Amino acid sequence: MLPLFGVAVVVAGFSLRRNPLLVVTVAGVVSSLLAGISPVHILDAFASGFASSRSVSLAFIVLPVVGLAERFGLQQRAKTLIERAAGLTAGRLLLVYLFVRQTAAALGLTSIGGVPQMVRPVIYPMAEGAVRRAHGRELPVRVTDHIKAHAAAADTVGAFFGEDVFVAVGAVLLITAYVDATYHLKLDAVQIAFWAIPTAIAAFLIHGFRLLRLDGTISAMLASEPDDAAGGA
Amino acid sequence: MITAEWIYWLAGALFLSTGIEIALDRSHPKRWTNAMFWILLGLSFFYGSFLTALPHWPLGIAVIAMALIAGCGLTCAGTVTTTTDPEREESARRKGNLLFVPALTIPAITVAFAVGISRINFAGRPLLAAGQETLVGLGVAVIVALIVGIVLLRPQQPFVALREGRRLLESVGWAVLLPQMLAVLGGLFTQAGVGTDVGVLAAHAVSEHSRILAVVAYALGMALFTIVMGNAFAAFPIMTAAIGWPVLVVQFGAHPAPMFAIGMLAGYCGTLCTPMAANFNLVPPALLEMRDRYGQIKVQVPTALALFAVNVTFMSVLPFI
Repeated sequence: MLPLFGVAVVVAGFSLRRNPLLVVTVAGVVSSLLAGISPVHILDAFASGFASSRSVSLAFIVLPVVGLAERFGLQQRAKTLIERAAGLTAGRLLLVYLFVRQTAAALGLTSIGGVPQMVRPVIYPMAEGAVRRAHGRELPVRVTDHIKAHAAAADTVGAFFGEDVFVAVGAVLLITAYVDATYHLKLDAVQIAFWAIPTAIAAFLIHGFRLLRLDGTISAMLASEPDDAAGGA
Repeated sequence: MITAEWIYWLAGALFLSTGIEIALDRSHPKRWTNAMFWILLGLSFFYGSFLTALPHWPLGIAVIAMALIAGCGLTCAGTVTTTTDPEREESARRKGNLLFVPALTIPAITVAFAVGISRINFAGRPLLAAGQETLVGLGVAVIVALIVGIVLLRPQQPFVALREGRRLLESVGWAVLLPQMLAVLGGLFTQAGVGTDVGVLAAHAVSEHSRILAVVAYALGMALFTIVMGNAFAAFPIMTAAIGWPVLVVQFGAHPAPMFAIGMLAGYCGTLCTPMAANFNLVPPALLEMRDRYGQIKVQVPTALALFAVNVTFMSVLPFI
């Protein structure tokens, strides 16, 4: 049970709001030492873990493209477009994005969407533009942070609870591979994907309902902050 | 044959160029430690391709060095000259919807690779390595989108795209490394036997007689272990070996497909709540330059709780019909 101490380090570190990189490094080293793994093997594990996880960092390679388009006014253009679409509030816009993101992911198209390439340059500026148009004033940081959080959350919820409906996705293949190898079953990937559908629908209804209430929340936040505090921190 | 390694080198080159630019930037408040962080990151992306031939420990030291540089607060964002808001308004009026084309090129080409180009053979061998179509597609898409962007938007110097990339990378900052460090931690935890310990604890907690309690224990175990590990994939084998298979399937006769499919999704509810899933929950706030780096998690928690309750309901009914 000694290695569980590493879990305690993680929990303590995060709740004390220490830098996560430091917390994770210390927790990894502590658990390994307590499990009797030698320092050289720990270094090896850091190396192979880093090398084999490089794919998660590939999302960042889109940033030069996004930055270039931003330099020429992509975010401003997105705001202008939304200002023309009357009736499209921030909540409804994010609801549409949630639907598109989740449906695309369910069809295996997880590369449609994503925070670096869609939310930051297009979806968030549109949502912010819609709120500005509705209220006709500068927005305090508390409000822009809330819109940003909801824009990112719509992306994550849509991707998570859409992708499992697709057959050839990591989670589905992991389940069938693990269960078939360990318990000698013959689970069909299609069955696993099929049983993800009820949760996918529930996720859309629950999160969609919350998005429809977002406009009211923002109005209430703005009503409680006088206009002259606009833009201030 | 094009493999994902090529795309890792592309990413490595982007990080290296960011590091070199920072090293050349006299105005940067933490110039040398920042440059060191990004240059080490870039070199590590190349070194990682040759681990079968080279010793592991230098990369291990480099990874820990990056974590310490960033973890001790020795990095921060510099000021990168970009266009001002009025300039952007003006340029947005002139360029119009052309501005969307480079950004939309990326998903279009990535999808084309995942769906179609993976079947092309070149000189009798597949053009793309199996299972890496999406990664390679992303790499090609970025290069094409960059060319499209330069042709359509006509920046005065093409290399301005790299500087804009640096601007955004610096605004993400040390969080760039966090998803990979968490993957490392997951590996270390597994080696150290943390998973087996959690499985033993979970199996102890389950009553032999109550089906509903066993379902709740499986779902809750998935969610909590996912919160700790940041990844439902790590939790699934452990909780399934502890409760899902021996208690729910063997003892109570649950159908495996719905039980395991929804069990995994119960774990996803945990993913929505944890900073350990950094690439989903901490990198986006950094990319969006939010003041509250935990703001996205706060927004996701209510959805996660409601959906968790729904999943438990599904799991206690659907696998037993």
